[in-house]
Amino acid sequence: MTKLLQVDGLYKSFGGVEAVKGVSFDLEEGELLAMIGPNGAGKSTCFNVINGQLTPDRGSVKILGQDTTGMKPHNICALGVGRTFQVTATFPSMTVLENVQMVFLSARGRLSTVHRTVSRLFVEQAMDLLRVVGVESQWARPCGILAYGDLKRVELAMALANRPRLLLMDEPTAGMGIKERLTLMKLIGKIASERAIGVLFTEHDMDVVFAHADRIIVLNHGVLIAQGSPAEVRDNHEVRRIYLGSYAR
Amino acid sequence: MGPFIVQFLTGLSNASALFLVAAGLSLIFGVSRVVNMAHGSFYMVGAYVAYFAISWLPKGGFWFWGGILIAAVVVGLLGTVVEVLLLRRIYRAPELFMLMATFAVLLVIQDLALWVFGAEDLLGPRAPGLDGSIQILGALMPEYDIALILIAPLVLVGLWFLLNRTRWGVLVRAATEDREMLAALGVNQKRLFTGVFFLGSFLAGLGGAVQLPKGGADLLMDLNVIAAAFVVVVVGGMGSIPGAFLAALILGELTSFGVLFIPQSTLVMMFFVMAVVLVIRPYGLLGKPEGVEHTVSELAQWPLRKASRKLRVTGAVLAAVLLAFPLFAGSFQLILIGEIAMFALACMSLFFITGPGGMVSFGHAAFFGGGAYAAALFVHHVNTPMELALLLAPTCMALLALVIGWFCVRLSGVYLAMLTLAFAQICWAVVCQWGRFTGGDDGVLGIWPSPWAGNEVIFYYLAIIISGGGILALRYLLFTPFGYAMRACRDSRLRAAAIGIHVRRRQWYSFAVAGMFAGLAGGIYVFSKGSVFPYEMSIPRSFDILLSVLLGGIHSLSGPVVGSAAFIGLEDLISRVHFWRLILGSIFILLVVCFPQGIAGYFSARFAKEPGDQEAGSERSG
Ligand SMILES: Nc1ncnc2c1ncn2[C@@H]1O[C@H](COP(=O)(O)OP(=O)(O)O)[C@@H](O)[C@H]1O
Ligand SMILES: [Mg+2]
Repeated sequence: MTKLLQVDGLYKSFGGVEAVKGVSFDLEEGELLAMIGPNGAGKSTCFNVINGQLTPDRGSVKILGQDTTGMKPHNICALGVGRTFQVTATFPSMTVLENVQMVFLSARGRLSTVHRTVSRLFVEQAMDLLRVVGVESQWARPCGILAYGDLKRVELAMALANRPRLLLMDEPTAGMGIKERLTLMKLIGKIASERAIGVLFTEHDMDVVFAHADRIIVLNHGVLIAQGSPAEVRDNHEVRRIYLGSYAR
Repeated sequence: MGPFIVQFLTGLSNASALFLVAAGLSLIFGVSRVVNMAHGSFYMVGAYVAYFAISWLPKGGFWFWGGILIAAVVVGLLGTVVEVLLLRRIYRAPELFMLMATFAVLLVIQDLALWVFGAEDLLGPRAPGLDGSIQILGALMPEYDIALILIAPLVLVGLWFLLNRTRWGVLVRAATEDREMLAALGVNQKRLFTGVFFLGSFLAGLGGAVQLPKGGADLLMDLNVIAAAFVVVVVGGMGSIPGAFLAALILGELTSFGVLFIPQSTLVMMFFVMAVVLVIRPYGLLGKPEGVEHTVSELAQWPLRKASRKLRVTGAVLAAVLLAFPLFAGSFQLILIGEIAMFALACMSLFFITGPGGMVSFGHAAFFGGGAYAAALFVHHVNTPMELALLLAPTCMALLALVIGWFCVRLSGVYLAMLTLAFAQICWAVVCQWGRFTGGDDGVLGIWPSPWAGNEVIFYYLAIIISGGGILALRYLLFTPFGYAMRACRDSRLRAAAIGIHVRRRQWYSFAVAGMFAGLAGGIYVFSKGSVFPYEMSIPRSFDILLSVLLGGIHSLSGPVVGSAAFIGLEDLISRVHFWRLILGSIFILLVVCFPQGIAGYFSARFAKEPGDQEAGSERSG
């Protein structure tokens, strides 16, 4: 069986800064893979390379066996990749509902439609998704005035709307309280297993990571220094050293 | 060989003058992000002040250069006054509003200059000790040109020293590269901005003053130089002083040699070079890409609202009044209202891409005037009937917009705006110079409606229906997936791409739609006027359209209609008065300071029931 995501020997530098140095890993269907590492370790850069926003200097990315290195984000999305951003990116002038409708319109190739207004297209489907992520009560508010936690959920709904096979979630729970983090991760885990979606996510809260990830990879200074099950990673000496023992007791 | 060297040196001296203006413009843009349309006016004032200072001061080389320095300082102070009194109030307003404010300053200075300095062109005084020529291998070279050649490198070195070796300069560079960081450092931004404005205006004044012995002073200098200065700044990379120097060298030489081959069109040649450079290097020769998309992001806070009941009622009343209008209006008013309607459609098409689309065009007259020309030329050359011409005009303009847009959507923000300007200028030049086909400066005459529409009342209805229909169609389009996709690309390119939207393609299509409707407006316009002249495609025409859009406000869907009515009404009211530019400019300045959201934006914000009311507008339906 082909792997959902295969990352092989990725390098990316910005001017003098080598953000990612030779990172390789892969991801199976239905798996929750956590990428951890201190700030500046190169996590977001990896995400941006995988979804096509950045072109790697070297190395390759394969999604469902297809080489996607150097492809544009909109084409990669069409392969079934959903993405959320570390700093949320939504359409602030549109309502929560319209934000999700946009994904349906795009996925179904309806963006050039000029004979019907958006207010009549994919409303029920979008509302259903909003219910799944729990922001249905906010549907009529513009994203520009939404609370941060709600925005993260809207992004999740948008990432799910094109029925992705692979979800890339850069710090999906940043800025939330601990209870909300755990419920949201639980929700993501549930959706992933129901729909057989592979999820790659980053997360700073180790409790959340150890509670929900199937597997963990650890980045430091752009280098992948460890990978394995939560238990293996917890016992890894180098990981302990980087986190100064704060999480790995 | 001699003439060649002289031509080369002349190019260098052109470059020198260009660099002085462009450096100031680039500096101001880099730090404050203000696209200063009034910069050319500062240059002009510099020339005039130098003229009067030199003729007032004692004779002699020392006093000559003293007069030039005085002029530069006076202009520097003038710039400071403008910054402190006007721009400082509106740094938080959308970038386009600052553009409108500086354009208003340009208008005001035009009339003040006429009033203070007189209408006569002034011949510059000779520079004492530099009034002869020297022989270079048999060709003559004015000594003063040689002196000019030396000035630019001196200023470049001076600026380099100032920016790299002083604390102030370090702050200026920090501000250019990262504004947020500067704010975080706790620097007094107000003082820094004012200082930069002084320096930038000082350089403009110096540029105007030093070219006085060569070019004299006249009241058209401001517009002529601002176009050239923008080209230099954009080619060099906005905010980059060495870039401006390099670009000034290239363009100075090019115009110097180009004049030998195509004498009338040095400016067009510069625009052509700019178009080529921007296509190959989108941020200019030495410019850096914008870190953050800053251009119209503030627009994203404004949700698109369906027409409220009040607006629907207003619209219905307006439509009824317009339909009943011929009952009680004379033919003059009918023509005026018809032209306002056509102009409103052109404005709506620009608003379509500028507001919800986030793409500012400085050259929209290419499509408005282009549509007028397309219709006129079909009628003139192949006797096309009006009905068909009214279909062909928008079709041709959609095609033209597809070509131009293909290049333009590769850029964003000010660069995109400048590229549209460049293309518009090229189109304008084609119309001017291809006289055998387009009539050149004499235009195309005798374009009248079909006999059935020849009656002025019937033509009035035709104009209202086509224009009103176009406006409503564009408005409707904004609520369809097509319009939403365009708005999505403005709101967040990142998110749009991540959900599978091909951002450039959406912007490209939108650009073509805007061009098409502007072409329709131009097509009907030419039948109303009976003739078309190159002015309809020129830069001032583009700015008429843009200013009307800004006047109405880019946050509100009814803005273009309100704005064009206000603009044409104003123009009609005051263009017969002396100093109408002064009045118009003052009105703009007042508007910018008092209504930073435009007229329609102001009223819709004022009369919205409460601040948190946005939800109410978009009732769910389906
Ligand atoms: N667009 C960029 N330009 C320059 N440097 C960047 C850019 N993006 C990231 N970096 C640098 O790359 C390194 C890795 O950043 P990032 O991938 O965001 O780390 P993480 O997400 O793990 O915190 C950092 O040193 C960061 O400063
Ligand atoms: Mg990150």
